[in-house]
Amino acid sequence: MSLFTVERGSTRQTQLRLAGLTVLAVVAVAIPFLFGPYRVSQFTLVLIYAIAVLGLNLLVGYSGQISLGHGAFFCLGAYTGAILLDRTSIPHLLTVPAAGLVCFAAGLALGLPALRLRGLYLALVTLAIAIATPVLIKRFDGLTGGSQGISIQQPKPPASLGLADDQFLYFLSLVVAVPLFWFASGIVRRNVGRALIAMRDDETAARTMGVNLATFKTRAFGLSAAYAGVAGSLFTFANGFVAPESFTLTVSFAFLAAIVVGGLATVAGALFGALFIVFVPVWSSDVDEALSGVIYGATLIACMYVFRGGIMGLLRSAWGRIAEVQGTTTGRSDDEVGEEVAVAGDVRRTGAGARGMRS
Amino acid sequence: MTCAALALVLGACGRSDSSSGGGSGSSAKSDPGITKTTIKLGGSYPFSGPASAYGTIGEGAKAYFKFLNSKGGVNGRKIDFTALDDGYEPPKALQNARRLVQQDKVFAMFNTLGTPNNLAIWDFLNEQKVPQLFVATGSSEWGKDTKKHPYTIGWQPNYVTEAKVYADYLKQAKPNAKVAVLYQNDGFGKDLLGGFEEGIAGSGIKVVKKEAYNVTDPTVAAQVGRLARSGADTFLSITTPKFAAQGIAAVAKSSWRPLQILNNVGADKNLVLKPVGLANAKGIVSTAYFKDPQDPQWADDPAVNEYRDALKKFSPKSDPEDAFNMYGWTVAGTMAKALEQMKEPTRAALMDAVRNMDLEQDTLLPGNKVQTTPDDGYPLEAMQIIKFDGQNWKLQGKLIEAKAK
Amino acid sequence: MERFIQLVIDGIAIGSIYGALALALVLIFRSTGIVNFAQGEMAMFSTFVAWALVQAGLPLGLALLAALAASFGGGMLIERVIIRPVEGEDPLTILIVTLGLFILVNSGAGWIWGFNNRGFPRALPGGSTTVAGVRLSYESLGIVAVLLVVVGLLWLLFEKTKLGLAMRAAAANPASSRLVGISVGRTLAIGWGLAALLGALAGVLVAPQLFLDVNFMGGVLVYSFAAATLGGFDSPKGAVIGGWIIGVAETLAGDYIGFIGSDLTILVPLAIIFGVLLVRPNGLFGSPEVVRA
Repeated sequence: MSLFTVERGSTRQTQLRLAGLTVLAVVAVAIPFLFGPYRVSQFTLVLIYAIAVLGLNLLVGYSGQISLGHGAFFCLGAYTGAILLDRTSIPHLLTVPAAGLVCFAAGLALGLPALRLRGLYLALVTLAIAIATPVLIKRFDGLTGGSQGISIQQPKPPASLGLADDQFLYFLSLVVAVPLFWFASGIVRRNVGRALIAMRDDETAARTMGVNLATFKTRAFGLSAAYAGVAGSLFTFANGFVAPESFTLTVSFAFLAAIVVGGLATVAGALFGALFIVFVPVWSSDVDEALSGVIYGATLIACMYVFRGGIMGLLRSAWGRIAEVQGTTTGRSDDEVGEEVAVAGDVRRTGAGARGMRS
Repeated sequence: MTCAALALVLGACGRSDSSSGGGSGSSAKSDPGITKTTIKLGGSYPFSGPASAYGTIGEGAKAYFKFLNSKGGVNGRKIDFTALDDGYEPPKALQNARRLVQQDKVFAMFNTLGTPNNLAIWDFLNEQKVPQLFVATGSSEWGKDTKKHPYTIGWQPNYVTEAKVYADYLKQAKPNAKVAVLYQNDGFGKDLLGGFEEGIAGSGIKVVKKEAYNVTDPTVAAQVGRLARSGADTFLSITTPKFAAQGIAAVAKSSWRPLQILNNVGADKNLVLKPVGLANAKGIVSTAYFKDPQDPQWADDPAVNEYRDALKKFSPKSDPEDAFNMYGWTVAGTMAKALEQMKEPTRAALMDAVRNMDLEQDTLLPGNKVQTTPDDGYPLEAMQIIKFDGQNWKLQGKLIEAKAK
Repeated sequence: MERFIQLVIDGIAIGSIYGALALALVLIFRSTGIVNFAQGEMAMFSTFVAWALVQAGLPLGLALLAALAASFGGGMLIERVIIRPVEGEDPLTILIVTLGLFILVNSGAGWIWGFNNRGFPRALPGGSTTVAGVRLSYESLGIVAVLLVVVGLLWLLFEKTKLGLAMRAAAANPASSRLVGISVGRTLAIGWGLAALLGALAGVLVAPQLFLDVNFMGGVLVYSFAAATLGGFDSPKGAVIGGWIIGVAETLAGDYIGFIGSDLTILVPLAIIFGVLLVRPNGLFGSPEVVRA
């Protein structure tokens, strides 16, 4: 069946993993030199969206709380950055952690009432928040510039680097994105991730096993919001301009679509989801301008049919066909445990186990 | 790994010229996007999303350029106009501008629609020294500081100008008017409202009640109800077509019978007044600055007929009666004139031509002119009061010129 | 006092618009267990179909009936073609599919009919009457009456008919329903068909006031979600009452609370939802979720 087999937790597997990461790193660094400035700016957007999508996936994919309003945190982060840059002489890079902190606090604050809301109702409350955000920005125009928005100086590359503006923005986003991805994959691999998944799949059981639900849920909200906020501040760098019209519901919906297209409860899926929401709309309006929405909508639906478990799900099963992963329970790495718990969770959630039978 | 493959598939061109589209400025003999035979122009429009009704403007402009090309173009150059969809989202407009300037290498950006969208791209375009011409928004921003954004210029009479025309009209027609205002909660609404309040300062006219609405609101019925109860005798409606229609309908449904002033954007007979019922629209006052294709007095006007025929031929899906098409057609005409008057094929020379215009266009109202000087960044500044007689808009008095500042 | 009553009446008139579409949302949630983001756009499409039939020369009554019937069929078709392949997937996948459907329908309608707004003929009488100094519009009274009838019919459907029972069962537990011989596929399709029909009804009722364009249901959908959430997502009665509460609260707040002003009235329903859900997590009339402990 498969071309070769890999022992779980073996040096062979670690080597393969390292090789994969190295290729990814080389590609990531090469992109700004391979493409023209417009393409590079698109890839910068991919990185920025990927951060926000990853944050949302931590919340939805791992802790099972659906948020339809992550555009609001993205917006809050973007405005935090823009206002700081507009009002103070703070260096650009400091606005990134600042936006993250502000959104972390806002996420925690929202996470508390969210504890009382389940599934659908939480989704609708977060939807409401996303809708209210642009209106509130317009109301507090003394701070936010109202509908005129705020223009800021984009960060400029130091001459010593010899980079063009677009390349610099790309690397800036990359430098922020990499540790955030590393951190997220660490989290989902360790206890926190397992607790979150356990909680998503069966709250009662999780509680019995001693998982402090309230703490985990609120922290998941805070962390997820912080990711969106960081992405928002980078978005401000990339655009040099924020306005209420930039943060409509479309943003929240795009993030949600991205986590499902990329793959729920996967870290790398965020990257694929972000590629989807940046490139597919552009592609669909190039195919036919008048029908672009029809094509985009149909593509989104088709993705749901084709990529069960998202693009990551597809890749995993493809990889499973190429290389058979063998191993005993004792020898496997933490990562696999997390993934298997996730799959098991899907099975349980869908009741009859439709997905379980497929995978 | 797949990411790499995907990236390589999605990307098209390498980075051979890292200098990007612009930057060469006036020093070069010829700038990107212009050759002996073609001129590339680009624009961004809401062909989808909440403002998609305005996408028609892009269609009207495209039809004009096709018509012009069929007659040989401008000084032997054909115009290649690319209009991209931004869904009325500023970040998408910026991506479109980057694509048009850095990848498609357009010579100039023409007529991108929407105040926030143009605000999102104007720093980029001015930095790249790419002209951002005749933007489709009436914000007073575009002509305010020509030093800071030398490559940007508006076109239509700006909202402050328009507001002052209404203020002047009221001072004569109803010097002690008590005005109730319905306005859109964005740059457009606030600009016009601000201009109106400025215009009536020191007169007997008072704004007694202001109500805002958001474009995401399903209806303005509650707002109009509040205005009706305010005791005002004049209703100033600063609205886009759908909300303009809702506003007039809500007034008709109530017992309130104010003098209604409806801003130019909302004053479309087919789009707004017909759906409401023409009888309900009798007596409404508005402004115009170009020839309305729905107006029977232009039925035999050669310029309007030329427009109709060309639209049928080059944009068969478009409705020639839709005034937004006429807007697109006319602003594209201004663009063609500017290109014609350009002394050499450079962006700087184009700006030079744009900043020194004095031209009459046959689809503008008779006597209306596109005029600019290096110090006056507002091309159109005159409007004429129109009044709805129950069947048609009727031009009143003469063109009124009002300055934004 | 007279002014207060008038405001309440105006609020109910506006709230009825939200309640109309909320009924369709509740119906589909109750009969299929999903939240359909495309419900408003489907209603918009149906309304355009009715409009096109009127343009083609059909009498209004006939056009409306034809559009309602077409919507029922269209809803079932959508279930068969678009939803069936992801049936049983996790709720988020289905939500994304309805989001895709939202974009598709909106853009498709724009492609067919263009993006301009147009008037829609009134099925209900225009004009108004004054009772004790309070103005009542016939149209709004008519909408309220239709909503009440629909709530009654839905109650009959779900509580008194076999089909209704089967729908509830299929939504709650498809696997067990199959075991007891319920044709889950058929009930789900009927659920979609009925919801589309209700959506179409909502569309043709409110289009004369809102004016018809491809985005005319977008704004309503948000308020309808609020209404359904407030009322409890599985209660038809709750959807209508939720709509009224939101309409009235919005109208009163705009008048009496200075800070709110009309630009922020959208915060009123949102604040109400938030407050209500914190106290009653399943809405005012929703049935509580039973969690096995």
